[in-house]
Amino acid sequence: MSVRRLAPADQQPQSFKFTPKSLEVVKFWMGKYPEARKRSAVIPLLWVVQKQEGWVSEPAIQLIAEMLEMPVIRVLEVATFYTMFHLHPVGKNVFQVCGTTPCMLRGANDLKAACKKHMGPKDTVSKDGLFTWQEVECLGACANAPMVQINDYYYEDLTVESLEKLIADLKAGKKPKPGPYVKRFNSAPEGGEKTLLDPALYDGHLGKPAKTLPNAPTTGKSKKEKA
Amino acid sequence: MPTAKVNGQEVEFENGMTVLQVAELAGEEIPRFCYHERLSIAGNCRMCLVEVKPGPPKPQASCALPAMDGQEITTNSPKVKKAREGVMEFLLINHPLDCPICDQGGECDLQDQAMAYGRDGSRFAENKRAVEDKEMGPIIKTEMTRCIQCTRCVRFITEVAGSPQIGATGRGEDLEITTYLESAVTSELSGNVIDLCPVGALTSKPYAFQARPWELKKHEGIDVMDAMGSWIRIDTRGPDVMRVLPRQNDEINEEWLSDKSRYAIDGLRTQRLDTPYVRQKGKLKPATWDEAFAAIESQLSGADAKTIGAIAGDLNEVEGLKAALDLFRSLGVQNTDCREAGAVYGAPGAPRESYLFTCGFEGLEQADAVLIIGSNPRLEAPVLNARLRKMWLKGSAEIGLVGPVMDLTYGYDHLGDEAGALEDLAKGKGAFAKVLKAAKRPALIIGTGALSRPDAAAILNAISEIAQKYKVVREGWSGWNLMHTAAGRVGALDLGFVPGKGGMDTAKMLAAAKAGKLSTLFVLGADEAVADADLGESFVVYVGHHGDAGASKANVILPAAAYTEKPGMYVNMEGRVQAMGRCVFPKGEAKDDWAIFRALSERLGKTLPYDSLADLRARLIADHPTFGRLGYAPEPQGFDLTALASKASKISTKPLTGAVDNFYFTNAIARASQTMATCAKLQSEAQPTNANAKVTA
Repeated sequence: MSVRRLAPADQQPQSFKFTPKSLEVVKFWMGKYPEARKRSAVIPLLWVVQKQEGWVSEPAIQLIAEMLEMPVIRVLEVATFYTMFHLHPVGKNVFQVCGTTPCMLRGANDLKAACKKHMGPKDTVSKDGLFTWQEVECLGACANAPMVQINDYYYEDLTVESLEKLIADLKAGKKPKPGPYVKRFNSAPEGGEKTLLDPALYDGHLGKPAKTLPNAPTTGKSKKEKA
Repeated sequence: MPTAKVNGQEVEFENGMTVLQVAELAGEEIPRFCYHERLSIAGNCRMCLVEVKPGPPKPQASCALPAMDGQEITTNSPKVKKAREGVMEFLLINHPLDCPICDQGGECDLQDQAMAYGRDGSRFAENKRAVEDKEMGPIIKTEMTRCIQCTRCVRFITEVAGSPQIGATGRGEDLEITTYLESAVTSELSGNVIDLCPVGALTSKPYAFQARPWELKKHEGIDVMDAMGSWIRIDTRGPDVMRVLPRQNDEINEEWLSDKSRYAIDGLRTQRLDTPYVRQKGKLKPATWDEAFAAIESQLSGADAKTIGAIAGDLNEVEGLKAALDLFRSLGVQNTDCREAGAVYGAPGAPRESYLFTCGFEGLEQADAVLIIGSNPRLEAPVLNARLRKMWLKGSAEIGLVGPVMDLTYGYDHLGDEAGALEDLAKGKGAFAKVLKAAKRPALIIGTGALSRPDAAAILNAISEIAQKYKVVREGWSGWNLMHTAAGRVGALDLGFVPGKGGMDTAKMLAAAKAGKLSTLFVLGADEAVADADLGESFVVYVGHHGDAGASKANVILPAAAYTEKPGMYVNMEGRVQAMGRCVFPKGEAKDDWAIFRALSERLGKTLPYDSLADLRARLIADHPTFGRLGYAPEPQGFDLTALASKASKISTKPLTGAVDNFYFTNAIARASQTMATCAKLQSEAQPTNANAKVTA
C-alpha cells in the first residue's frame, strides 16, 4: 500500500452532482441516521459517489461534507483511510487481482501478466477507458484460487485463457456470469462430489430415535415437585 | 473516596480518574506523547504503559484506563520499563536523526524521553519512512517526517480551537497529518499546536532557526495584545525578544495563547521610535530629549490648562499613566481620557464593577445562559472564546448573540443585528428571554463596540434594563461582564484617567482640536483614537514606541518603551492587577513612560514627588488601594445597576458590531508586524469554514 492522495487537479472534474437515481439512495442512507448524527452516513455516501462515477473526486468530497455538515477534512480522512475508495479515475471495469499466497500458487502471477498485456500497467486506465487493474490482498476466496474481482463480483478458478475470454467479453459489452470458471458449483469439488457418496449414509439406518430432546421442557416430574 | 496503590503507596482519588492521573497524584511521572490534560484521550502513542492488578497480564496504556478502587498500579517494574523501551524503539524507527537541525531540539519530549527509554543504537536496517511536508500557513512550519502521529494537533484544532482544519489522512504507516488540500490554518489559536507538538513536526515559522532554547533568557510576563492579561513567557536573546510562549494559569488563559500574542513580537523590531523628534518646518527631525522638552515647555508656558488635553492608549501600563495623570492634574488639566471616542462605560464616578468582567473567566464557566451583546469574542479575546466553546461543548450554557452573524466556533441563538433585539429582550419577548428568565446564573458579555457609538447611552440603558429584569446581578452571582479589547484600559480607569471636573472626553477633545480650540494634545500611545481624527492646528505631543498613526501627526515625539521593555502593572478586564518586569531595554534613546513624565514634570516646574519606580508604586497604592493586591481577581461583586440607567435618546438601527474588525491589526505593535500582515492577508482571502456552528435565526 502506498500513500493515498487525491488525484491531481488536472484530473479532477469541475463539479460533482448526484444523479436523481443516486440521490434516492443518498436520501435512503441519510434517513437512517438522526439529525445530530448525520455524519454517520459518510461511508455510504462515498460508496454512492463511487458507484455513480467509478471513483471519488474532490468536488464530491466537498459536496458530501456540505450535505452532512461536517468539516471537509473529516470526509477526506475517511476517503483516504479505506482503500476500497478509488481516489483516481478508473476504467469502467475495475479488476482486483488477488495476489496473496493461495492465488499466487495457483497462477495469479500469470493472470497479472495477462492483465498487463491486455490493459496496460496496473493502477492505470486502459487506452479505451474500459479497464483498470490492480493487485489486492486476499479477498477470501482461496478455495477458488486464483480469482479476480471485477467491479462488484468474484470471477473464480481462472486461467489465462478464461481471463482473456472475460476481457474480450467485457470489451464486447457482454456481462459475463460471475462465479467459478471451471466445472464446479461455488466451492464444491470440480466434476461433482468426491466424498460421502455411499447412499447407505442417507437411508436412515445410522439414526437412532431420540428418547428425549436435550432441551425439551421437563414434564410431569417437575410439576409434582412444584406442587 | 476510592483508593489505589501506586508502587505500594496508597492514594485516594476521585471517581472517573484515569490510572495515569492517579499515578501522578502519587507523584509518579508517566511518560506520554499523545495524552494531554485539556484534550480528549487518544491512547495511540502507548508510551504511558503501566502494570495494573487486577487486570490482564500485559502492560496497559494508563492514559485511557479508568482507575478502580483497590487497584494496584506499578509504574517502575522492569517489565514496565522494558515495555516502554519497546514502544520508544518503535517510535524511533521512523523518526529522523536530525536533532541538530531541528528547532525542537533542547525542548523536545521525544528527545527527553529517549534519554530515559531509548536504546543506544538502532536495530532497524530498512529504509525509514519519509513524509512530504505540508503547507499550514504563515505560523506553522512543518517537517512531517518527524511526526509520531500523536494527533494532539488534530484534537486541539477540532476541540479547543473549534475550526477543524487539521486531520490525519491515510492509515497505518502512511498516516499523515495535513490540512485539507494544504490550505492554511486560519484559527486565531493555531499557534498552540506548535507547543502541543511533542516533537519537531510542527514548529514556529517566524522563529525558525532563530535560536536554541538554552541560549534564551526567560522572563515571566503579561500579555497586552488583548485585555485578558494572559500569562506569557518572554524569551529574549541580547536586545531581541525572540518568542512569546504561554504560561499556565487556569484562571486566565489555561495554557493557550492567541496567535497575535505570540507572533506580533516581530513588530517590536520595526517602526520603532528610538529617539525624540521635533517637527520643524512641517518635517519631523531627530532631536535630543532636551530639545524635545524645550519645545513642549515653550508650547505649554502660558497656555490655558483648559485647552490642553491628554488621551491614553491601549497598551499603557499603570505606572506611566499614573505619572502622566499626576502631572496633568498638577498643571490643572482636566481634559484626560483613556477611552475610545464616544465611550459611555467607566464614566467618572461609575462603580468599578460596571466596567469589569465581574464574574471572571473561570467564573463564567458556571453561567448557564450567556448573552453576548455587540462583541465578537473570537476576535476580541480568542482564548476566552475557547472557554465559551468549552461551555457550549459541555452543554452547560445557552448562548445568545445580539450583533451580526459570525462564526464563533460554537452555536448560538442569533437574536438580531441591532439594538432593537435588546428592547425585545427587555420586554421579555422571544425564546431567549425564557432562557434568561429560567437561568440561575445568567451572564452578559458586553462589547465595548456597543458602548462607544453615538447612541451608546441608550444602549447602555437598554442593557441595564435587561440586567435588572433578568437579575444578572443577584445574591452570590454577578454576570455583568464588559469585554475590553485594550490591555491598558481597566488600569487607566482604575486610576481615574477619565475627564476631571469640567473636563472633556476623547470625542470632545478631538472635536475641539478640529475646531482649533485645543492648543495642545498629549497622545499617550493612543494611535487608534487619533488615527482618523483631524487634529487641526493643535500641538500634538506623542508619547509612544511605534511610528504609527499618532506619531505621524505629532509635533513632538517622546520615545517610550514597549511592554517588553519596561516594568509595569496591567489590570485585565476581570480587574486582576498583574505586574511584570523588564525583559529587554528600550530601543535607543527611549525611556520608561513614567520616567519621561517625571523628567518633563521637572522641566515644567511641577516636579512629581517620586524618584524611583518603587516610590511611584508606593504612591500609586496609597492613592488607589486596588493596585496593592497583585495577581488576584476581585470577588464577583454586584453593584447598583440603576446607576447605569439614563433617559437617553432612541437607539439607531446600526448593527451592534464588535470593537475589532481586523484581529491581526489591533495595536501599533501588531500593525508593525510582518507575520501579522501575512496572517491578515490570508484571513481576508480565506473562506469561512465551520461545520460546528449552527445559527438559529
